[in-house]
Amino acid sequence: MKADPKGVLTGVHFMDGDHAACEGALAAGCRFVAGYPITPSTEVVERFAQRIPLIGGVFIQMEDEVASSIAIQGAVWAGKKAMTVTSGPGLSLMMEHVGLAALTEAPLVIVDVQRGGPSTGLPTLPGQADMMQVKWGSHGDYEIIALSPNSPQECFDLMIRAFNLSETYRVPVFFMMDEVVGHMTERVAIPEPSEIEIVERRWSSKKPGEYKAYATGADMVPDMVKAGDGHRIHITGLTHDERGYPALTPAAQKKLVERLVNKIRLRRHELVDVRKDGVDGAEVVVASFGITSRVAQAAVEEARRKGGKVAHLRLVIAWPFPDKLFQELSRRVKAFIVPELNMGQMALEVERAVAGRCAVVPIPHAGGTVHEPAAILEKIMESSR
Amino acid sequence: MPKTEIRVGGLGGQGVILCGSIIGKAAAIHGGKHATMIQAFGPEARGSACSAQVMVSEEPIGYPYVKNPDVLVLMSPDAYKLFAPSLKPGGLVLYESDLVHLDKSLPAGARTKGIPATRFAEDLGRRLVLNIVMVGFFAGTTGLLSYEAVEKAVLDSVPKGTEDLNLRALKKGYEYGRSGR
Repeated sequence: MKADPKGVLTGVHFMDGDHAACEGALAAGCRFVAGYPITPSTEVVERFAQRIPLIGGVFIQMEDEVASSIAIQGAVWAGKKAMTVTSGPGLSLMMEHVGLAALTEAPLVIVDVQRGGPSTGLPTLPGQADMMQVKWGSHGDYEIIALSPNSPQECFDLMIRAFNLSETYRVPVFFMMDEVVGHMTERVAIPEPSEIEIVERRWSSKKPGEYKAYATGADMVPDMVKAGDGHRIHITGLTHDERGYPALTPAAQKKLVERLVNKIRLRRHELVDVRKDGVDGAEVVVASFGITSRVAQAAVEEARRKGGKVAHLRLVIAWPFPDKLFQELSRRVKAFIVPELNMGQMALEVERAVAGRCAVVPIPHAGGTVHEPAAILEKIMESSR
Repeated sequence: MPKTEIRVGGLGGQGVILCGSIIGKAAAIHGGKHATMIQAFGPEARGSACSAQVMVSEEPIGYPYVKNPDVLVLMSPDAYKLFAPSLKPGGLVLYESDLVHLDKSLPAGARTKGIPATRFAEDLGRRLVLNIVMVGFFAGTTGLLSYEAVEKAVLDSVPKGTEDLNLRALKKGYEYGRSGR
């Protein structure tokens, strides 16, 4: 279906990433946000709070992030598209409820505008150090999806994708911005509503009494109903059967947890989005994401001017990690170079995929600013030798 | 010039960020160029140091931080003290001449041009529009942006009912910049 025109601010704007992310959510049909303000993400909810009364929807400023991350799950079961918005310290508080959303298969979006950590860290300065936390932060086994925009335009475009993916797979989708992308102002073109494709919730057509909350077909994703439609359903954080009732046995656990991970793992080929530049004939490959990809691109171009055979892979979808592409490339390149604003997180995934077939050169950075392009250039030239 | 790095500096309340935003908007939306803006301000809203980093380029922009600006647009003595040493060799300093006083901290070879923007704004009726005078002064002096582009960006950016005042401020700064360019 197409976007609801009420939420779409068609036109060309000079807008920062936080505001563009909010407009993306509104265009995607998000009509409920619960949040607790935290730098550098506050502008997302500030704008939502200002815009939503005119569109029709709800913003609640909650008492904290724990409450925010559960309020949105209430809204989801009431039939709304919902998100919460935070930064590192708030994200840490939300982890309990990330697990609940994963287990109950609540489609929702969590925006993390990353700043320097750990703890309160650097509130107003960038980091990319929450990448492993969103993958592994809650206990137990589950899968999530994470997107990594590198511009205000992508904050708009990919936010629509984030909501669409959450509805398609019924997983929490993490929107991994960073302080620079969030606070940088750039041209943002918002198309006509008729040009924006929206994935509607997987509403069940079954009648009350026939509907089972967790019965699935081949795609492993159950259909939903919403409160008020006359169904009697049971949604729990306990391991449950197809009806949603607690089933505390190894057999039920196996069936449920395997499906929770396999609905992403066995369909991960659908979830690859890597922007490739100059892969053919490359000897060295720079792999990056978010704001670092823009700095890395400058280094890649400079290396090419110096005669380096260098490719650039930009992870637009960071989770699930695109193993296969890295495996294939590792058979014919000398090295992967992985700059990121953390002490080496996604570099571990690259190492895992590459499995020793070529070198992996992390370029860690503790955060607070972005890499100097010269630092990336130096590693490219070293690895090219 | 393929890429121009600009730092706008002043005090919270002078409209520093809006000044940077209008320059960026004029370039990115009305001027057919690429532009990024990054803003920084102190914890106090008014009276604290405040600056915007604007990059205007013919090519897409990777690294968005301005380290050694080609152009400084300065509206307070503190901003002058803070940013003058970072000016690129041979760079241009555009300054509010009643507030900023040049001294030997300015890098050798710097080109400078002052404008009594606050006084002009007061003469036009509202001190508040000094930032728009500075936008006009920037466009007139540098020639980086057409008058039409900045005019559209101002109209996009200012509150309804203040268009006439702001356009007069823009024109005043622009013409002052054009004179003796």
